[in-house]
Amino acid sequence: MSPADFVADLFNPDLAFLGKALLIAVMSATVCGVVGCYVVLRGMAFIGDAVAHAVFPGLAVAFVVSGNLVLGGTVAGVVTAVLVAVFAQNRRLKEDSVIGVFFVAAFALGIVVISRAPGYAGSLQQFLFGSITGIPDEDVYVVGGTGLVILLAILLLHKEFVAVSLDRESARAMGLRVFWLDLALYVLVTLAVVISVRTIGNVLVLALLVTPAAAARLLTDRLAVMMVLAPAIGGLGALVGLYISWSWDFPVGGTIVLVLTGAFLAAWLAAPRHGLLARHVL
Amino acid sequence: MSALAVEGLDVDLGGRPVLRGVRLSVDAGELVGLLGPNGAGKTTLLRCVLGLLRAKAGTIAVGGTARVGYVPQRHEFTWDFPISVEQAVLSGRTGRIGLLRRPGVADWRAVGEALERVRLADLGRRPVGELSGGQRQRVLVARALALRPEVLLLDEPYAGLDMPTQELLGDLFATLARERAVLMATHDLAAAVHHCDRLVLLNRTVIAAGAPDQLRDRRVWMDTFEVGGRSHLFTALGLHPEPASAGEPETVGA
Repeated sequence: MSPADFVADLFNPDLAFLGKALLIAVMSATVCGVVGCYVVLRGMAFIGDAVAHAVFPGLAVAFVVSGNLVLGGTVAGVVTAVLVAVFAQNRRLKEDSVIGVFFVAAFALGIVVISRAPGYAGSLQQFLFGSITGIPDEDVYVVGGTGLVILLAILLLHKEFVAVSLDRESARAMGLRVFWLDLALYVLVTLAVVISVRTIGNVLVLALLVTPAAAARLLTDRLAVMMVLAPAIGGLGALVGLYISWSWDFPVGGTIVLVLTGAFLAAWLAAPRHGLLARHVL
Repeated sequence: MSALAVEGLDVDLGGRPVLRGVRLSVDAGELVGLLGPNGAGKTTLLRCVLGLLRAKAGTIAVGGTARVGYVPQRHEFTWDFPISVEQAVLSGRTGRIGLLRRPGVADWRAVGEALERVRLADLGRRPVGELSGGQRQRVLVARALALRPEVLLLDEPYAGLDMPTQELLGDLFATLARERAVLMATHDLAAAVHHCDRLVLLNRTVIAAGAPDQLRDRRVWMDTFEVGGRSHLFTALGLHPEPASAGEPETVGA
């Protein structure tokens, strides 16, 4: 299918879901690209994965009681993030162990809850691997609005997040509320995950957080540049991925992730100064 | 009044006593070395002064504008973060700039002054990941100076650095101490004796304190570092080791 046909399909009223899916995929991938910069730079990939899985019971409960999925997922993700932040204060346990305990527990709870719902297998697959059909109109606004809130919060807290990422102890010494800033970051990661889960699915959403930001990190040593590149890579990857998925009837989540992985490998090969080609060929 | 005065400080960590009855003061214009073995409570003392730990008893008084600059050990800082030297130094003012505000002219001026002070002004735009160990140490010092502190706390600034770098840093610390109080925790006895105006020997409590040439009594060093009279510690200090006493068997060529 040529790009022109894809554009024609986007504006075909019978295929209205496609435009909505594209909007949501690109918006959520862009927001995840920005949030993902902190995830990558702070080595929080595991937390990202945990939160991604932890939203699952919330989605499941919302699904079973026919409630709002975004709200359900957010509550579950935030509750898990708070539990991790609180339990990680105990110096005897490393944070990754605490995360390991809670995120699997949350995921297990989600599976138990959703097994109570009729049409168990189909809805489970939709949650885990994403889907572009059946998105209600209001979701476009919810995703757009939540995305804007996330970006605004990052704009306001960026210098604090940087100070804490550089050196927690000194950040504390200069009077920053490190615990609350960590919690704020977890909540932002959770929100970014929740708005992305619909199209890309629970299992693959980590790629939106980590892959574009990791690729951007390979391309630059400047944080400001990284935080522009990562969302650009994410958004473009979502667009190209959805196009390919629509053309060849591939699953959308998997296709987007593979496109992003391709971008990451390209960055690894061709990055200026530090890329494989720059170091060994040129 | 001293720039920093600690009185009767007791600190427990996890229910165990770490510091007992610690008393020390640092005046403006003084470089004071805080010496002691691992586990003596040096870092604990610094963290108390910074307000990161609560003491069980005792007082800590910081004079003047009560601004304390902190230079942590180098490994505490995330050096692979994609940030330039001047931004790293600016991050030292984050708490002062305040939530929801952007750095202004005064903040950038303080950054420029701090970089000038540690002689890194021409590396301001360099990514921190590309710096040498000595340059990194100076970035951390500049970050603390960006607050224009009246008291500067240094934690193991010499660790892992070669001799010429230690020399340069020692001179820098001595210069900085002309205008403020500097308290430096270190394992490097030779450097401390050479650069510091006064030394505080700490092992859970202050064993002795005074100018380096007043601390010639081997006993206080032995008590602080829990070593015997023939430790090579005394070679580093330029104190003659104890001659072998009759009770102590010779192990070589006996």
